[in-house]
Amino acid sequence: MTMAFIWTGMVCLSVLCGLATGRGPEVAAAAVEGAAAAVELCLSIAGMLCLWTGVMEIMRRSGLAEGLSRLLGPVLRRLFPQVAGDREIMDSISANVSANLLGLGSAATPLGLEAVRGMSRKSPGVASDAMCMLVVCNTASIQLIPTTVATVRAAAGSQTPFDILPAVWLASALSVGVGILSCKVMARIWGDDRAAAGPARARKRPGWRGTAVGGR
Amino acid sequence: MRDLFFTMIVPFTICAVAVYGVARRVDVYDALVQGAGKGLETLVRIVPPLVGLLTAVYMLRASGALDLAARCLAPLMERVGLPPELLPLMLVRPISGSAALGVGAELIANYGPDSTLGRTAAVMLGSTETTFYTIAVYFGAVGVTRTRYAVPAALCADLTGFLAAAWAVRLCFGVE
Repeated sequence: MTMAFIWTGMVCLSVLCGLATGRGPEVAAAAVEGAAAAVELCLSIAGMLCLWTGVMEIMRRSGLAEGLSRLLGPVLRRLFPQVAGDREIMDSISANVSANLLGLGSAATPLGLEAVRGMSRKSPGVASDAMCMLVVCNTASIQLIPTTVATVRAAAGSQTPFDILPAVWLASALSVGVGILSCKVMARIWGDDRAAAGPARARKRPGWRGTAVGGR
Repeated sequence: MRDLFFTMIVPFTICAVAVYGVARRVDVYDALVQGAGKGLETLVRIVPPLVGLLTAVYMLRASGALDLAARCLAPLMERVGLPPELLPLMLVRPISGSAALGVGAELIANYGPDSTLGRTAAVMLGSTETTFYTIAVYFGAVGVTRTRYAVPAALCADLTGFLAAAWAVRLCFGVE
């Protein structure tokens, strides 16, 4: 429902504000433009999306994904205790995190989507704790080398476009840390995702090494 | 040399994965094609939520609401040590990556890439993501409508990122 309120709020605000500032016609044009832009955006990422899910499939079949998973495993199992026992989901998560670290945003999205698809089998229609954690980790940037921004700085005439790296790492680390912390805290406030888990109301919360729930 | 490395990282990754796959006797091409098919399925599911979101974002931008908010929040920003000039960037950042890059590039060009303001803008761009787009894509792809605390938690992270950006730039480069 959160998105419903945000979306309705955004639309109402635009109409009211547009009328108040006399920009009604612009708002009307923007609605049409925005819808078209969404499809264009999807088309523009279509190639990369298909390519990277394809590459991910190779990584999975060749065992590379598993190797990556083992490397990041200890950290990720702590972040995603609910799905720690599910090999396929954990592989996708670690591939997603590695792609994010490397700044391969277009690769990270399809990999992350693989992971949420696996998670959603356990809680259709509702965001489980694991899903929220994954989404929040993906909304916070953990890119080690922000190439796009460096390119912009270089274009503006900076001699040392990469000198912001330490500052970026510091800000990213704080941002991701707070994101993870908020998730852990809010998961308690929002209560058990039992609505998500359906009949498994009395399900025991697995420890961080916990076993997977259902699914496969 | 370093620039070449960054441009080559994508093709290099693909190449390395392919070579490793062949070495492990995997039918690399078949895997690629089947995986790409799955990507297409995902894409189809992303389109509807994105249409909804971008329509609202474009309307909001055209209505002037963002500029208005920038003016109202300016005093508050100064108090927490954020230059008010950066507010449009902070407002746009969670909703549109390309718009944020546009706004950020303009700030960097106007104030100079090595000014405190230009650096802060760059660090903000580099340490945050397009939150609402990510949420729409991830939850849209699996038909999640009850997003629970994902939005507030993600916004906490964003806000921290912005504040930390201003602080980290002061820490690393001093105050002008």
